[in-house]
Amino acid sequence: MAHAPTHASVMEPSPDAEQGSGVYNEKLGMWIFLLSEIMFFTALIGSYIILRFSHPDAWTAPGKTLNIPVTAVNTFILICSSVTMVKAYASVADGNQRMLRLWLVLTVLIGATFVGIQAYEYTHLIEKGFVPSAGLYGTTFYTMTGFHGFHVTMGVLCMSFVTWKAFRGRYTAADHRGVEVIGLYWHFVDLVWIILFTIVYLI
Amino acid sequence: MATIAPPVEPAAHALVDDRPFIRKYIFSTDHKIIGIQFLLMSLIFLLIGGSLAMMMRWQLGFPGQPMPGGSLLPETMASNRVILPEFYTSLVTMHGTFMVFFAIMPLLVGVFGNYLIPLKIGAHDMAFPRLNMASFWLAVPAGFIMVAGFFVVGGHAAAGWTAYAPLSANPEYTGVSTGQQLWCVSLIVLGLSSILGAVNYISTVINLRAPGMTWFRMPLSIWALFITAILVLLAMPILSGALIMLLFDQTLGTHFYLPAQGGQPLLWQHLFWFFGHPEVYILILPAMGMVSDIIANGSRKPIFGYHSMVIAIISIGFLGWIVWGHHMFQSGMNPTLGTTFMVSTMLISVPSAIKVFNWLGTLWGGSIKFTVPMLHACSFVAMFVIGGLSGVFMASPPLDMYIHDTYFIVAHLHYVLFGGSLFAIFGAITFWYPKMFGRMMNARLGQIHFFLTFIFYNAVFFPMHQLGLHGHMRRIYDPTRYDFLKPLAGLNRFISISAFLLFASQLLFIVNFIGSWFRGRKAERNPWDDTGLEWTTPSPPPHGNWAVVPRVYHPPYEFGSGLTTEDFLPQDRKLDTLPAPATAPAGG
Repeated sequence: MAHAPTHASVMEPSPDAEQGSGVYNEKLGMWIFLLSEIMFFTALIGSYIILRFSHPDAWTAPGKTLNIPVTAVNTFILICSSVTMVKAYASVADGNQRMLRLWLVLTVLIGATFVGIQAYEYTHLIEKGFVPSAGLYGTTFYTMTGFHGFHVTMGVLCMSFVTWKAFRGRYTAADHRGVEVIGLYWHFVDLVWIILFTIVYLI
Repeated sequence: MATIAPPVEPAAHALVDDRPFIRKYIFSTDHKIIGIQFLLMSLIFLLIGGSLAMMMRWQLGFPGQPMPGGSLLPETMASNRVILPEFYTSLVTMHGTFMVFFAIMPLLVGVFGNYLIPLKIGAHDMAFPRLNMASFWLAVPAGFIMVAGFFVVGGHAAAGWTAYAPLSANPEYTGVSTGQQLWCVSLIVLGLSSILGAVNYISTVINLRAPGMTWFRMPLSIWALFITAILVLLAMPILSGALIMLLFDQTLGTHFYLPAQGGQPLLWQHLFWFFGHPEVYILILPAMGMVSDIIANGSRKPIFGYHSMVIAIISIGFLGWIVWGHHMFQSGMNPTLGTTFMVSTMLISVPSAIKVFNWLGTLWGGSIKFTVPMLHACSFVAMFVIGGLSGVFMASPPLDMYIHDTYFIVAHLHYVLFGGSLFAIFGAITFWYPKMFGRMMNARLGQIHFFLTFIFYNAVFFPMHQLGLHGHMRRIYDPTRYDFLKPLAGLNRFISISAFLLFASQLLFIVNFIGSWFRGRKAERNPWDDTGLEWTTPSPPPHGNWAVVPRVYHPPYEFGSGLTTEDFLPQDRKLDTLPAPATAPAGG
């Protein structure tokens, strides 16, 4: 953009403005966007709660239809990707380019693995006849996990872009806004999964 | 702060605009161009929505008679120039959809949010200019998808703009499948566009205010747009979620809203109105904010009770979240819950009344100049009082039982959305037109347009209260088929003729808008003698707005100030002598 920041650190709020949030624009923008994501998942989860309370018999006992062990492993995998994300952020904050790239590549791979296992899970469930039109159980299961999977997929795509930029040396200890901002999104999507895993699979 | 050099160099460079045409006017990242793009887009949709209303009014005023120009419609819409009932329900649906989502909402939020926020808070541009561009270029395909619905097999969505399930969820009920799906997809895309816009507005207001532009020095238009952006941010995703579930019910065979397999039709109503009621305030708060700016300017007085205005905006924004049930009194709601929603709804009349009294207090004793924006702003206040008062009636469940789904509701919502929002929009367009295009709109034409619109608008919508109290249902195709509505045929015809005249009067606005663009009187920097920061730049402002962002020293509405030779004190003017202490600091 034409209005390049002129002050020392781009990861601080601009001194050229009235006291604002105390964080730089991109980080503030991501937090605000995540608020709207919370409302989106609230709509889905809230509908699930209402439907399940009104027709509890439409659900089978936990573990009967869904494969909990496979998804538990998948949950663990996704949590691991949050760890690698944190490591990537810590590396770039230290100015360690090599480790930044390594951790970012790992995050992308683990995120893609999660989506892959979810696709495998869907395939098996559909073969068993558990499809989106199979009663309220299928209806809510595919919508909620599907939209979470969509968010992870978007995250993997954006993370790949960040990784590509990292390989071109675009992130430094002084300016690694992209890594921090995608990290916020990544942790949010992780957190949503922990809630979904609990209420969709375990309860 | 003292250690940092003032950013004269790079910012001054920014004012040199060497972008090619396509980056300057089509895929522009400049908030002003995007605002004007939104303006042109939403005025076109306003015209489309109005045309649909004219067809409805023909059918209601002259049921079963061949419509002039009806031969242009295909056989699926009109047979022998008579509008078909199926097409009529599509008209009702799409008039509401276009007006709410593609006309009023982008006119208020898309146009003035984009145009005014950076200029009024003293920023070079939005926090995320490219995201801003993406927001506009998502709204355009959403509009195309919505228009495309008219041309698919089965016609356009016909379940009302509220798309109540299961009517909307099962194609067998309306005979519309593709149209309803396109309706959902279009609104999901538009929702994403609105959310991106809201992220941008909120970040910009929080982080990019010019030095000295403290929260309580922000003009009320910016306060209103800021709170509106928060409502958009939190309400639109609820609608997106609800629409996605509706779309899945139509396409994937899920059962969210279909009761046969345990789905809940009421779930749709709750989700829709949980979004829908904040949406109502999205459609009125920016209008209130801009009206405050215009009234203070036109009365040449500081706005009365600035802080209470801000608090009223915030409390309306908050209360808007806990009143959605008043749209659903007839859905079999527990009466205790209904009473709760009644009380919370009536509470909103408190901040609304504070605002109305503050506008009156501003006008009181002012040197009022009835410019065209001021005429529109004053009629906003008057019409909003009528629409607001009928809203208080409806909040009471026993009364609502009688007037629910009648023309009384139609009258109420048009008093707020047309009498309120649209008058404010006409006023705001006239007020900021010189800044947008560098030319003044023709005042004489503007006055004639205002008076004709005001008269015919009231002739259309005031009698609708009466229709409603006689039990005239909304969305019915042919009122003469009901014996008890037969005596109302004359009134319906009067409304229809007034509506055609109202529509025709808008031609004056179109002529004025397009004509002034090319032939209007050149506007100086500050044609309205206003105090806002946007008037300190040339008209139209260059790319980047200012070489150096202004510094703000004063509250937003210092009209009639004794500290200057003019009767207003611009927000960025530093006075050599400070008002209160006699000893002025040296070198000031």
